[in-house]
Amino acid sequence: MASPPLTFAAAAHGARLCLPLLPGVLVFATAFGAAAVGKGLTLAQAVVMSGLVYGGASQMVALELWRDAWSWPAVLAVATVTTIVNARMILMGAAIQPWLAPAPKARNALQVFFLTDANWLLGSRYHAEGGRDHGMLLGAGLFLWVVWTFATIPGYLAGALVTDPKRLGLDVLMPIFFAAMLVPLWKGARLARPWAIAGLAALAAQALLPGYAFIIVGAVAGMLAGALLDD
Amino acid sequence: MTDGFLAGPAGAYAAILAMAVATYLCRASGVVLMSRVRLTPRVTRGLRALPGSIVVATVAPLAAQAGTPAVAGVLIALATMIAVRWELAALFAGLATVALLRALGL
Repeated sequence: MASPPLTFAAAAHGARLCLPLLPGVLVFATAFGAAAVGKGLTLAQAVVMSGLVYGGASQMVALELWRDAWSWPAVLAVATVTTIVNARMILMGAAIQPWLAPAPKARNALQVFFLTDANWLLGSRYHAEGGRDHGMLLGAGLFLWVVWTFATIPGYLAGALVTDPKRLGLDVLMPIFFAAMLVPLWKGARLARPWAIAGLAALAAQALLPGYAFIIVGAVAGMLAGALLDD
Repeated sequence: MTDGFLAGPAGAYAAILAMAVATYLCRASGVVLMSRVRLTPRVTRGLRALPGSIVVATVAPLAAQAGTPAVAGVLIALATMIAVRWELAALFAGLATVALLRALGL
């Protein structure tokens, strides 16, 4: 089987397809940068995290677990929470596997680093419409990565200017931003039933367990509910 | 390596690196696994329920913990997002609600 093409023209097309998403990404990256200040990250740490992890939701949640002095159990906890928040990427990767598989392994290893919700969605549509050039997926992912990583900086600098973050509500910026993200995820009450179970399980776990275990308990409860409810 | 190493500035970078590895494995495993096994409909449904579940499981306890202004801010942000579908407006409406209620001493 011939390797699918990867052209610069398709990469530029992919980047262009991302333009309507630019305001949302900029707001999210800025919000992350501003929230990172409050949790004690240095500017370098915030930017390195955006560049290496490149997963906004997981980065936001990780901030809630951030601490001044680390231990191996704390590192393991943040890795576990990150895995749970990003487990949706397993599904995304699985969905485009038939499209990616014919390409060389090393190329795909690089390609999947830039796999994110937006370029996955755009890529799925492109592929459904007959597009086959892997450049579209890579170009869109790379473009969003650059925007995401560098837009963390102004957010951080703006956050650092605020002397009393609590007065402006910046200490709860993360849950407020997250709540708004729920709206585009809404696909009807039926598919939201697991969310309710996740919320109840998380509130119960918060009352019973120390630290931020409620995120894991709630997320796993919601995932199990989603898996079992429609049987 | 001991916890003493992690207690210093290296600790935060160790955490970031662990997050990066975990995320990369998530990204790669879907492509790698699918070449060998098929995801069952049940697993697919579970993973599909995950994003919304994470949001609710994170937001509800954090808002409850932060008190009335935070709960109100979250609800206003949700309502704004439903009304105008614009993240920035929702963010500002939510933060303004929190700031206002706190200024009022709630």
